[in-house]
Amino acid sequence: MASALLLAQAGGQDAVEKFANATSSGVALGAIYALLALGLVLIYKATQVLNFAHGALAALGAFFAAYLATVLNFPGRYVDFLPLTFQWVLSAVTAVLVAAAVGLVLERLAIRPMIGEPLFSVVMITIALDIVIRTITDDLVGTTPRPLGDPWGANHLEFGPVTIAQTEVATLVVTIVTLIGISLFFRSRYGVAMRATAFDQEAAMAQGISAGRIFALAWAIGAGLAAAAGIFSSLYPRSSLGVSGSTAFFAFRALPAIVIGGLDSITGAVLGGFIVGLAENYAGAYLVGETWSFLGVGFAGVMPYIVMLLVLIVRPYGLFGTEEIRRV
Amino acid sequence: MRARPRLFVSYGSEMALLPTWTQKIAALVFLALLALIPFGVIPGLGFLGDSDWLKILSRVAIYAIGALGLHILSGLAGQVSLGHAFFLGIGAYTAVVLGGESGRTLLGYSLPMWVWLPAAGIIAALVGAVIAPTAVRVRGIYLAIVTLGLVFIGEWIFRSAVSVTGGAQAGREFPELVFRFWKEEEPFLDFTADGPWFGINMTGEAKTYLLLLVFTVLTIIVAKNIQRTRIGRAFMSIRDRDVAAEVMGVADARHKLLAFALSSAVAGMSGALLGAFLGRLVPEQFSLLMSVQFVAILLIGGVGTVTGTLLGSVFVVVLPRLVQDFTSLLASTVESGTGLVSTVAGIFVSTAADDPGIVSTLPGTSPGLNVFQFNLVLYGLLLIGFLIFEPLGLYGIWIRVRNYWKAWPFTY
Repeated sequence: MASALLLAQAGGQDAVEKFANATSSGVALGAIYALLALGLVLIYKATQVLNFAHGALAALGAFFAAYLATVLNFPGRYVDFLPLTFQWVLSAVTAVLVAAAVGLVLERLAIRPMIGEPLFSVVMITIALDIVIRTITDDLVGTTPRPLGDPWGANHLEFGPVTIAQTEVATLVVTIVTLIGISLFFRSRYGVAMRATAFDQEAAMAQGISAGRIFALAWAIGAGLAAAAGIFSSLYPRSSLGVSGSTAFFAFRALPAIVIGGLDSITGAVLGGFIVGLAENYAGAYLVGETWSFLGVGFAGVMPYIVMLLVLIVRPYGLFGTEEIRRV
Repeated sequence: MRARPRLFVSYGSEMALLPTWTQKIAALVFLALLALIPFGVIPGLGFLGDSDWLKILSRVAIYAIGALGLHILSGLAGQVSLGHAFFLGIGAYTAVVLGGESGRTLLGYSLPMWVWLPAAGIIAALVGAVIAPTAVRVRGIYLAIVTLGLVFIGEWIFRSAVSVTGGAQAGREFPELVFRFWKEEEPFLDFTADGPWFGINMTGEAKTYLLLLVFTVLTIIVAKNIQRTRIGRAFMSIRDRDVAAEVMGVADARHKLLAFALSSAVAGMSGALLGAFLGRLVPEQFSLLMSVQFVAILLIGGVGTVTGTLLGSVFVVVLPRLVQDFTSLLASTVESGTGLVSTVAGIFVSTAADDPGIVSTLPGTSPGLNVFQFNLVLYGLLLIGFLIFEPLGLYGIWIRVRNYWKAWPFTY
C-alpha cells in the first residue's frame, strides 16, 4: 500500500517534470515560430505578399552568422577586448544586417516588378526564390551541420525539476525585445507610413508616402527578422549542431502559426507561434509509445498543420485576422 | 465565306474543339509526328527515338496528365493549390495496393491495370471531395497555405503507412504497365518488354511512350471538353468573380468541390502512371517540390489554357536534361579547348577540386554547385524570369508570334 503510494508519487513527480520540460521547450520553440511569424506578417501587412522564401532567408542568415562568427571572426577580431558573448552577439547582428541587405535586393529584383500581378504569380515568385536561395545556402553550408559558435552551447539553468537551456532563454528574450521593437516601430513615422500603405496604397501615396520605399523597408526588416529567427532555430533543440539543410523547414511550420493568428495580425502571429510551438512539443512528448504507435514517426512535425486545419474550420480568417469584405 | 478565319455561323462551330480546318490538319499532323517519334524516322528529330529520350518524353506525358488535373482546379476554377502532389500520392498508393504484389509486410492484390488505374482516379477524387469542404471555406493565400499543409500531412501519412507505401526511403515495387484480363500468367499486352508488335519491332520504351501518349490525348480531350460544358463555364465564372457567379446562380461551394474532385481524379491517375512508369517510388517523392513543379508547369505554360499546360509540361520536364547536357558541354569545352569560349566556360564550370566555378562536374563536396543543385537554381531563376517578363507564359509568346504573322507584313 505504502509502496504503491510512493510509486504514484514518483509517477506524479515524473509527470510534472515531463510536463514542465515539454512546456519550457515548447515555449522556446514557440518563440522561434513567433519570430518567424513576425517577419512573415510584417511583409504581408505592408505588401500583401506572403513570403514563402522566409525559411530560406532564415537559413541564409544563420549561415552568415556561422560564417562571420567561426570563420571570419568578424567583427570580433577588431574588438577582441570585449567579452566573447558580446563578440558573438555582434557577429549575429552583422549577419542580420547582411540578411536585411539581401532582402532589399530581392525586393527590388523580384518583388517590385510583380506589383499588381495576380496572387498566384507572386506566391510562385517567392517559392522560386525559396528554391534558389535554399539550394545555394545548402551548398554553402555543406553536407554536415555548421556550428554557430554561440557562447551558450549546451549550458542550461535548473529550476527544481525543470531544465531550461540558456539558448532557449536567449530566444525568448530576443523575441520579446523584437516584439516590443516592432510595436514601437509601428508608432514611429515610418511605421505609421507602413500602416497607411498597408491600409490603402493609393491614399497613402496621395499623402506623399513613397510606397516603393515602404515595400523595401518591409522586406529589409522581414529578412532581418528571418535571419534572427534562423540563428535561433539552428540552436534549437539543445543538442543541435548548427545550421543545416533542415533549418529552412522551420519556416514552413511557422506558416500555420500565422494562419492560426490571422495573416495580418501581429498579436495573432505571436500567439499563433506559441500555440504551434507548444502543440508540437506536447505531441512530441505525449503522443509516443505503444498506444500511439499507429501515428508513426514524425507526427510532431505535422501537428502545426493539424492545429491550423482545426482552427480554420472554426474561423476561416484565423483568430485575430480581419475578415475580407467582398464587394459585389 | 468559308475561308474567312474566326467567322462562325453557328454557336456549335465556334465551340468546336478545333474550330478551323487549319487547326484540324495541324493537330492531326502534330499527333502523327508524336506517334512516329519512337521509330526515329522524323528528319532532324531522330534522336528523340533513343531510349533515354523516350523515357523523358514518357515522363512529359505523365506530367502533362497531372498538370491538366491542376489546370481544371487552378486554371479553370481559379483555386490556388500547392497540394497537387498529395493527390498524385493517393492515386499512386491506391494503384500499388490494388495492382502491386503482396509481401511479408506489404498489402497488394495483384489486380490488372484496368482495375487499378480507374480506381486510383476514383479514390483520389473521393479524398479530394472529402477535403474540399474545408478548402472552400478559405480563399486566396489561406487556401495556398491549407493545401501546403496537405502536402506535409500527406508526406507524413505516406511515411507512416508502411504496409501500403513500403516506408520512408524504402518504397516498394509498383505494378507494371501490362494489360491483363485477369491474373493470367502471360499478359495480353505488355508495354514494357521489347519485341514485335503488329509485325513491327519495338523496344519497351517505345511501347510505354505510345501508351502514355494515348492516355495524354484522352486527358486532353476530357480537359478541353470540360472547358466548354456548363460545368466548365461555371468554373470559369467562379475564377473570374465568385460573388458575381453566385448571384447568377452558380453554386459556389458545389462547383469548387467538383473542381477539387475532378482535378484529384486526374492527378490520382497521373500518380498511378508515374509509379508504374518509374517502377519504384519512395514516399518522399510526393513533396512540396513536386507540387511546385505542377504549379510551375501551369505558370510557365500559361494559366488557363490546355495548350499552355502542355507546353509547360514539356518545358519543365525537359529542362533538367538540357541543363545537364549544357553543363557537360561546357565541361568538355574547358577540358579540350583553348581560347575565348573555353575561358568563358571555365568561369562557370569547375572540373578540378581547387578550380572555382559556379557548377562543378565532380561528385561530392567540391567548390560550386553540383549539376543537380545548378539545375534547381536555374529552374528557380527561369521561373522568376518567366513570371516577371512573360506573365502569360509560353502560350503568351505563341500568341504574340501568331498575331505578328497574322498581320504580316503590317505591324497591326
